Amino acid sequence: MPLSDSTDGEQDDSGRPGFNIRSLNPYLFIFPAVLVMAGGLVYPVIDAFYLSFFDWKIGMPFDTAPFVGLSHFKRMIMDADVWESIWVTIRFGFWTILIEMVLGISLALLLEKPIRGASVFRTIFILPLMVSPVVVGLIWRYLFDARIGWINYYIGKIGIEPQVWLGDAELAFFAIVFTDIWQWTPFIFIIVIAGLQALPREVLEASKIDGANWWQHILLVKLPMIKSIILIALLMRLIDVFRALEVMYILTGGGPGRATELLSLHIYNRAFDTQQLGYASAISVLLILLVFGLSFAILVFTDPLKEKSDI
Amino acid sequence: MADYSERRFARILGHYLALIALAVLALAPIWIMVATSFKNDVIVQSKEPLWFFFVPTLDNYAYIMTRGKFDTYLWNSVIVGTASTFLTLALGGFCAYALARAEFRGRRFIANSTLLIRMVPPAVLAVPAFALVVVFNIDNDLAVLIFFYTALNLPFAIWLLFGFYKQIPVELEEAAIIDGATPLQVFFRIMLPLMKSGYAVAGIFTFRIAWNEFILALLLTGRNTRTLPVGAAGFITDTGVEWGRIMAMGTLIVIPPLLFTFFAARQIIAGMVAGAVKG
Repeated sequence: MPLSDSTDGEQDDSGRPGFNIRSLNPYLFIFPAVLVMAGGLVYPVIDAFYLSFFDWKIGMPFDTAPFVGLSHFKRMIMDADVWESIWVTIRFGFWTILIEMVLGISLALLLEKPIRGASVFRTIFILPLMVSPVVVGLIWRYLFDARIGWINYYIGKIGIEPQVWLGDAELAFFAIVFTDIWQWTPFIFIIVIAGLQALPREVLEASKIDGANWWQHILLVKLPMIKSIILIALLMRLIDVFRALEVMYILTGGGPGRATELLSLHIYNRAFDTQQLGYASAISVLLILLVFGLSFAILVFTDPLKEKSDI
Repeated sequence: MADYSERRFARILGHYLALIALAVLALAPIWIMVATSFKNDVIVQSKEPLWFFFVPTLDNYAYIMTRGKFDTYLWNSVIVGTASTFLTLALGGFCAYALARAEFRGRRFIANSTLLIRMVPPAVLAVPAFALVVVFNIDNDLAVLIFFYTALNLPFAIWLLFGFYKQIPVELEEAAIIDGATPLQVFFRIMLPLMKSGYAVAGIFTFRIAWNEFILALLLTGRNTRTLPVGAAGFITDTGVEWGRIMAMGTLIVIPPLLFTFFAARQIIAGMVAGAVKG
């Protein structure tokens, strides 16, 4: 809404008169935040590229680290351990996201109707998301413990032999998937419910009057209307799969062998366990490219400057 | 009609039963941690899981609070959490205000790249951060951690606050300027009071991440600057696996985030939903 002419001296040319651009430079407002993000996020990313050209190890002054050009990247392509952790990451992402999506969306569709006390339940459901990843790792490490873990006790009750959950490759993988599902299914559930409850009532009523049955109503009306929310939630979970390392660091440390070593954890272990800082940086470059590629996909679907959301 | 109301009753009952079952699943692991933290080692080591009925003890809490450096870790966590939250809200708030209200060259670039760098994996930060520590010998300074947590939290805080600023009608600022207020007065006197809930949501998310973060804290802290999560993880290696004590430490770490959840669940959910809608 344009200002009246009495204040035209104060108005900027942009049609956004709230920000008094003549007397305050917007760059002064954004500069401090941009400076901190440049130093704390952009510089490390650039530094990871730079370090990947040097064979730097822990305990060695950086000046003495030999320049090795692209040889870390050549080595990476042939490195079975890197490929294995990429494969673990893909399998982990596939199973966790598939199960979380199916569970979260179905539960949301079933329990969407507003009901007295729903907000109390929603408060409880977000608790797993609020717990520190370290604590999540510690809790489940205790529950999956082979000797005194509660899970072995309860599967014993139904006649299953106790298992060494975190000492067996397949079982440890199951354990990290299970833990992730416990923590993140509520996220999908909450998001999808919010999307469903924001749908315009008239459209839903119309579909009912037109005689759509329950399945048609869900598959042809409701789900298509919230598909952008589902898509973005899916992309965000996918990016998280490439970022996650704290829960696994505590729960399994990536083991046994490399059975639960997601790519992020692999980089960490390379850098600080086998102490190859330069080589770990080269693998970080791969990780950055993967994550930025996925983030770019989100940018295609959303506009960060848009004022109102789609729902 | 009786048939109809019976079916309605059955449906509502089923709805509640499903919600209760899900709530139990969400809560059980957290409750097991709290319960275990009040058990002595004999009960912990016995294989029978005891949910509620055992003789509680405060020994685990007494142990972690008197041995080791619990008070130092707690103090470090509080300092790092509050300082990085304050900085994030201050710097992020200014930046969001400019993005929401001013038109300038680079506005779209800043908005898009903020969204991209929000996704930088912590593992990628690890080696360069470690390099800084080695080169400048700064592993005993909380400022390093505060700086990195502020950087990590700024992108999310900026666009969350951007959304809140956008909801405030521009007319309010126009009226204040007509009344002779300076731009800074407009920001501090008009905008900030209206932004209370926006800053509260952004503050909760920021504090929670700073309070819970582990990997960077592990790398960037020395003996006197460790935070609580690093201290908790240390219990696994330092003393073997003393589950009662570990769970006591875990319970104490979880208290602030749980309190936030109980008092501001609606705002937290709003923040999460906004995150999923906007990336």
